[in-house]
Amino acid sequence: MTTLDEHTVRHVAKLARLKLSDEEVRAFQEQLTAIMDHFALLDEVDTTGVEPTAHALAIDNVLRDDVVQAPLPTEQTLRNTPARHGDHFQVPKVLNQESS
Amino acid sequence: MSRRDTQFDTAQSVAGGERSAEEIVRECFERITTTDVDLHAMLSHDADRSIALARTVDAARASGQPLGPLAGVPLAIKDNMCTTFGATTCGSKMLERFESPYSAHVVERLEDAGAIIIGKTNLDEFAMGSSTEHGAFGATRNPWNTARVSGGSSGGSAAAVAAGLVPAALGSDTGGSVRQPAAFCGVVGLKPSYGRVSRYGLVAFGSSLDQIGPLTLDVRDAALMLGVIAGHDARDSTSVNQPVPDYVAELDQPLAGVRIGISDEYFGDGLDDDMRTTVMNAIELMRDEGAKIVSINLPHMKYSVACYYVIATAEASSNLARFDGVRYGYRTATPTGVVDMYESSRGEGFGEEVKRRIMLGTYALSSGYADAYYLKALAVRTLIKRDFDNAFEHVDVIASPTTPTAAFALGENAGDPLAMYLQDIYTISANLAGVCAISLPCGHSPTNLPLGLQLMGPAFGEERLLSVAHQYQRHTDHHRKAPPSASAA
Repeated sequence: MTTLDEHTVRHVAKLARLKLSDEEVRAFQEQLTAIMDHFALLDEVDTTGVEPTAHALAIDNVLRDDVVQAPLPTEQTLRNTPARHGDHFQVPKVLNQESS
Repeated sequence: MSRRDTQFDTAQSVAGGERSAEEIVRECFERITTTDVDLHAMLSHDADRSIALARTVDAARASGQPLGPLAGVPLAIKDNMCTTFGATTCGSKMLERFESPYSAHVVERLEDAGAIIIGKTNLDEFAMGSSTEHGAFGATRNPWNTARVSGGSSGGSAAAVAAGLVPAALGSDTGGSVRQPAAFCGVVGLKPSYGRVSRYGLVAFGSSLDQIGPLTLDVRDAALMLGVIAGHDARDSTSVNQPVPDYVAELDQPLAGVRIGISDEYFGDGLDDDMRTTVMNAIELMRDEGAKIVSINLPHMKYSVACYYVIATAEASSNLARFDGVRYGYRTATPTGVVDMYESSRGEGFGEEVKRRIMLGTYALSSGYADAYYLKALAVRTLIKRDFDNAFEHVDVIASPTTPTAAFALGENAGDPLAMYLQDIYTISANLAGVCAISLPCGHSPTNLPLGLQLMGPAFGEERLLSVAHQYQRHTDHHRKAPPSASAA
């Protein structure tokens, strides 16, 4: 398997919303290549007609009665936010920013 | 109280009035002061709160009120389970100051049973690792040899129990994170079947794999603790509504006639010779006690590491998307805009291993690769699960080593993430298949490091699994040996 190129690593980091240093990008190119190479072992397995298993339980949807329950109080909800404006979470300006 | 007093003995001595809960809790904090400087098993603890709770237990007993099964027992829990007291850090700079507005289901259950949660234990960041070297707040060292790792990711819980800081602790197991540190530190570690214990309030890593389990000095304590934490909880839709048996009462089923499966896949290349001999001796002992040893095949075992790391990292990349610097957690100091706030907060707040796994999972789920990696891994998972279903038609439990080697040295696998992932080779298939599994001490290496025997049982087969493990312990004393750091009073 060829080494993951820098462009791919930076693209994946963008998808994951992770800012990486140049050293991290270089290290991940090598490490992710080695790990994905090990993942390629799965290609040996014939999975024709095999249903995927998302989790090990034989249950599908679990529904509860649609009853109104008390939510977390506002103060509790906001107590861990790094930036607060009144009863709101405060974030930097969203419009007129890069949208990718 | 000795450092080898079990949870069971401690609860009995409180209930019987031989010891006060306050005395026991104070002793526990003295041990943390003398021993944990060298180990760093605890991330946080609260003596004032714990002593106040102990006095409540003592007052309840004095006034003749009924006591819970764990009344007055000091316990520690891994710091990825939410508590309304103290911080819940997940060993990450991202959550360094996070104070949960609610408690995990298991925390409520333990406290309802009268246990006193004295503090939170160290872990690899967000439970991602096999050595407890990857937390933001330093490594936990092995009580048997402080140049060795404690295992991971529940290394703090394993070291705390092994060193006698607390009689028992909780960990979480996504690919072996309870069993592997239990093996490395010479204690018992149980991963219950998927769905047996509610994950409500456990900070999610791999949601289809995560399960909370006890780390204890013996199997009876694991049975006792499982009985307290197991059962249905409507707040976790994957928690199964099945009755919880009296696990302690079932421990005395004899070994005679029990069918124990062994598979070549667990004894192949990479397994240390001392480990192989020790585990085979343990299996021989069970045969001598009347168990029947049956050869089985698990043909897809060799794909389990690849299968697991695709699925676990995919789930992790999705679960950890919630850490965006808005509602809780770390935010970068001067974001230039909202996208930079996300990217810089996550880039600065997560450690290297967490970033690596988010990258792997994102790649495996990204457009053009999802079918080749993620869907392929889910199909292989079906085949691995079928291997176990087939095996459990012929055997009651499967025996194997827990790990390929005894505890490795600190820093030994630091530069090679794949080598670290391959440490999990014997434990991760139980998570993929959703079955229950336990690690118990079965001997020591020539350099006096503990070795672990793994027993696996079918989903919701904890009763039989625990009874086989308990019968093994009835005939052996490996679990009674204390590490050097626990020899102090």
